[in-house]
Amino acid sequence: MRNITLSQAVNEALAEEMRRDSSVFIIGEDVAEAGTPFKVLSGLVEEFGTARVVDTPIAEPGFMGLAVGAAMTGARPVVDLMFGDFIFLIMDQLCNQAAKTHYMSGGKLNVPLVLRTNLGATRRSAAQHSQSLHALVAHIPGLKVALPSSAYEAKGLMKTAIRDNNPVVIFEDKLMYNDKATVPEEEFLIPFGEANIKREGEDITLIATSSMVQVCEKAADILAAEGISAEVIDPRTIVPLDEETLLRSAKKTSRVIVVDEGHQNFGITGEIAGRINEKAFYHLDAPVVRMGAMDVPVPFSPALEDITVPTPEAVAEKARLLMSGEMIHAA
Amino acid sequence: MPTFADNGDGGCARKILLKAIAKALHMTHSNADDYLRMYRQMVRIRTFEDNANQLYLSAKMPGLTHMYSGEEAVAVGICEALKTSDKITSTHRGHGHCVAKGADFKEMFCELLGKEEGYCRGKGGSMHIADQSNGNLGANAIVGGSMGIATGAAFSAKLLGKDDVAVCFFGDGATAQGLMYEVMNMAALWKLPVIYACENNGYSEYTRTDEIAAGSITARAEAFGIEAFQVDGQDVLAVNDLSQKLVERCRKGEGPFFIELMTYRYHGHHVGDINREYYRSKSEEKDWRENRDPITRFRAWLVEEGIASEEEIEAMNAAIKADASEAVEYALNAKYPDASEVDMHVFTDVEHALA
Ligand SMILES: Cc1ncc(C[n+]2csc(CCOP(=O)(O)OP(=O)(O)O)c2C)c(N)n1
Ligand SMILES: [Mg+2]
Repeated sequence: MRNITLSQAVNEALAEEMRRDSSVFIIGEDVAEAGTPFKVLSGLVEEFGTARVVDTPIAEPGFMGLAVGAAMTGARPVVDLMFGDFIFLIMDQLCNQAAKTHYMSGGKLNVPLVLRTNLGATRRSAAQHSQSLHALVAHIPGLKVALPSSAYEAKGLMKTAIRDNNPVVIFEDKLMYNDKATVPEEEFLIPFGEANIKREGEDITLIATSSMVQVCEKAADILAAEGISAEVIDPRTIVPLDEETLLRSAKKTSRVIVVDEGHQNFGITGEIAGRINEKAFYHLDAPVVRMGAMDVPVPFSPALEDITVPTPEAVAEKARLLMSGEMIHAA
Repeated sequence: MPTFADNGDGGCARKILLKAIAKALHMTHSNADDYLRMYRQMVRIRTFEDNANQLYLSAKMPGLTHMYSGEEAVAVGICEALKTSDKITSTHRGHGHCVAKGADFKEMFCELLGKEEGYCRGKGGSMHIADQSNGNLGANAIVGGSMGIATGAAFSAKLLGKDDVAVCFFGDGATAQGLMYEVMNMAALWKLPVIYACENNGYSEYTRTDEIAAGSITARAEAFGIEAFQVDGQDVLAVNDLSQKLVERCRKGEGPFFIELMTYRYHGHHVGDINREYYRSKSEEKDWRENRDPITRFRAWLVEEGIASEEEIEAMNAAIKADASEAVEYALNAKYPDASEVDMHVFTDVEHALA
């Protein structure tokens, strides 16, 4: 086994799928020679050429729409959207076009497209380069949404996404591109809709996505030292969502905190908490607690930005409150 | 008005002729103060950027920033043709526009460092710096994101019966955004007092402009019936002359206009873009710095015309340097916003959104 960065993992997944299937191509801004600002795609244009690693003008709605059309007619685009925040520019093509085409055509047209983008704050990039907007697309029927939490997931989920016949949006955590994890050399895929129990525990369940998986693992360490056994679960895809695994854990521990880096209001945490309330209510000893990013635009100043995202200490503190039996309302 | 689009020799010859006329006009001006202010503003921008770059390199500035060095004549030539209540919209490469429109170093450095006394109380940072007091509606981290805003500012000036003009600064890369064509169409239909100022520095990020822009940029504006001009963006007098005329015409209801300003950024796309030979040669950078620098050129002209002596210019440069160092020191020691500010300014009518 070897350790590689999340960035290398994505690069490998793309290279393998492009070798396997000549209809797969990458399109986006500075994806070729520059290999993206995060250097995730370095080397791909050398192997696959500029016909399949396509640099575009700064025209997100344009190349997104073009990719939808290409996907409907036999190609398999992987669209590179430099920052997750730019998803607002392509919403029509993604949500009105890509998401609905299969349904509106009565199942006759497919849009096998992957949109690769990112999420994550605390990079000092201010309000238009720091958002975690996965809840917006998860809201739209017809779009699958994957949230890799390490290099291993990034590779396995990317390969599955490319082979999927539906539009899939993958959000990578831009702060994790250089983080290493063990990734097998031999080929593997991670199926959608299968949560990963990162750590087993008895007293409380921490359901965490993407960047928040690390945070919750650290919180679990803090809690373990205090004699509280936390289970950490990573859903890996939020559409489809592996309800069964989440519910099983909720019923086992009877206490749940859902942690996600999207805004808390009207977000992923509320959705997951709602499903657990509906389907495991009588097994719970406390309300399901939501912890998302603070409901403010992401501020530039480090003094403010750092307090907008859940930290291991904050998660541990919430867990203690739940364990103490106090009926709390998540702030 | 003729368009100065660069379409072969004819266009070039016309440009040279117009430059000669422009120069002749200057001779008759006795606006030494204006010229000195233009020089001073260009040096202030360069000095600001040198300090900002140092702050990045010494890890004292959070995040990344995009340097305006090399493009000073664009912002200064245009902003010197504007009054305080005229509006500008700026870009991710926005420090130059901000300084040129009248901003102070202290508040700017405080903003870059995320301090409470910054123009945006540390909430915006380099890419969102805005200076309401001088009509700067803000930098923008979305490429092309301010085109609607500038056009809207021109719309409201007309609606409210003000004679304010709006200038929309954007890069060559931003001409790929569809929004630009939507708003140019409306601006032309409704004769809005807006000037679209395309700063063509030859690159968008790590890609040469000719690889991402088909055809002619000015011709795109002309397709909407908008008069379009191409001008040497390294020549502050040429930029200022053209801007004065277009601003006046905007005030008379003859807008909108489009200017393509040919310029160059000296640094990488952002301060972290150090190894860039894969997309841009060192000799090209050297050529622009040594032979087409807007400050060096203008300084030589000022001396040649007897408007300022070398000593006076050196004294001015030194004063600006001292000013900048003082502002940097001040900003480094200034305090961060209190944590309680995090949920302020989400809404105008709620003090703390999460209280
Ligand atoms: C909508 C959008 N797409 C992409 C980016 C990433 N990006 C930031 S600056 C830039 C290049 C802009 O080039 P140009 O407009 O020529 O301005 P310059 O940087 O040369 O001043 C890109 C692609 C962005 N900020 N916003
Ligand atoms: Mg440019």
